[in-house]
Amino acid sequence: MAKHSISVTVNGASQGAQVESRLLLVHFLRENLRLTGTHIGCDTTHCGACTVLLDGVPVKSCTVLAVQADGRDVQTVEGLEKDGKLDPIQEGFYQEHGLQCGYCTPGMMMTGCALLKSNPDPSESEIRQAISGNLCRCTGYVNIVKAVQHAAAAARAR
Amino acid sequence: MIPASFDYHQPKSLSEAVDLLQRHGEAAKVLSGGQSLLPLLKLRLGSAAHLVDIGRIPGLEYIKEEGDVLKIGGRTREAELERSDLVRKKYPILADTAAVIADPLVRNMATVGGNLAHGDPANDHPATMLALGAEVVATGPKGARTIPIAKFFTGLFQTALTHDEILTEIRIPAPPARSGGAYVKLERKVGDFATAAAAAQVTLGAGGEVSRAGIALTNAGPMPILAEAAGEFLRGKKPDAAAIGQAARLASQAASPSPDRRGSVEYKREMARVLTARALAKAVARTQGA
Repeated sequence: MAKHSISVTVNGASQGAQVESRLLLVHFLRENLRLTGTHIGCDTTHCGACTVLLDGVPVKSCTVLAVQADGRDVQTVEGLEKDGKLDPIQEGFYQEHGLQCGYCTPGMMMTGCALLKSNPDPSESEIRQAISGNLCRCTGYVNIVKAVQHAAAAARAR
Repeated sequence: MIPASFDYHQPKSLSEAVDLLQRHGEAAKVLSGGQSLLPLLKLRLGSAAHLVDIGRIPGLEYIKEEGDVLKIGGRTREAELERSDLVRKKYPILADTAAVIADPLVRNMATVGGNLAHGDPANDHPATMLALGAEVVATGPKGARTIPIAKFFTGLFQTALTHDEILTEIRIPAPPARSGGAYVKLERKVGDFATAAAAAQVTLGAGGEVSRAGIALTNAGPMPILAEAAGEFLRGKKPDAAAIGQAARLASQAASPSPDRRGSVEYKREMARVLTARALAKAVARTQGA
């Protein structure tokens, strides 16, 4: 099977590789680029642990082929912190105890980050709907919602 | 999980895509949003030696009214349908449907055409398109042809599309005055397939009697089900509680669900009845706002 030459902008840096057709975006990120912040949970498009932003839109990277991301922009949890400063969404999860085991956290933060870009002042219901494709098995949703609200308030105050 | 090996093709035009499908025959599958196909390949429930990705072909994502027809490009994302003001205002049944398909992240990739072309009776758009009396446009080597949605689903995961055709557009007749529609779904959790779901699209005459009622069911048998007898029963009647109740009973009789972890046959058939009644009541209420 032919390999494909792809170039993907990941967290602002262009990354080229020769990949098999069947390589999933999440494996490209974790194994080729060693960006292991993006987690693999269910591997069946349910849990959202693998959520990344593809051209700014949150998607499940276990259900996207790496070749589909060729020429496009990908943001992962590793791209949130800038110049040693946490992103408001990270600060929110930190301040509001938005994580217990931490497994869902990168996906939750990427979804939260995309939500706040399109809706800087979401209601609780809008937050809950936005994260409805991200599962937290510690069931820490109350604090996750608070974390997103914290981030929204902090971003608005900037 | 990693899918079995396949070759991936990224055509830049529809004709190039159709050529690839022709060349590779049954060994090729169309990749649209990939939210059904890729999980199937990963779980190895399905296989394909060639994937023809239509993701880079321009002009396949749109929602527009032309004359008295709503045209939806085959690759239009569910998230776009959900956000569209036109759809929310004039086609609330479609907005209802898009909002309960899988979850928001899946809807950012998943496409309306893919939801139909996959031929899964558990998918949500088939029932709403049946209720709306839609047509789909299939583009193949001989050009484009239209297929009435009632003739589109031919079996479990089977459709009237030939292996070298791509579902490029969905056409929905614009609802006349005094029309309303709704889609009501019972699911165990966000992202699950329906335990049962019902679509209803109703048009009332000047005197308040039903002039057309399209009623269809999701995940109630090996194919999406158009409950024709239920729709026919309502025609010419005032849509009061008694008439809706009887139409809902007729719809549930058209259901032939299979038992699984979502429930027994009896439970699912009863839910089909309850949800049909709710969808009809909501659809009738919405005729006032149109």
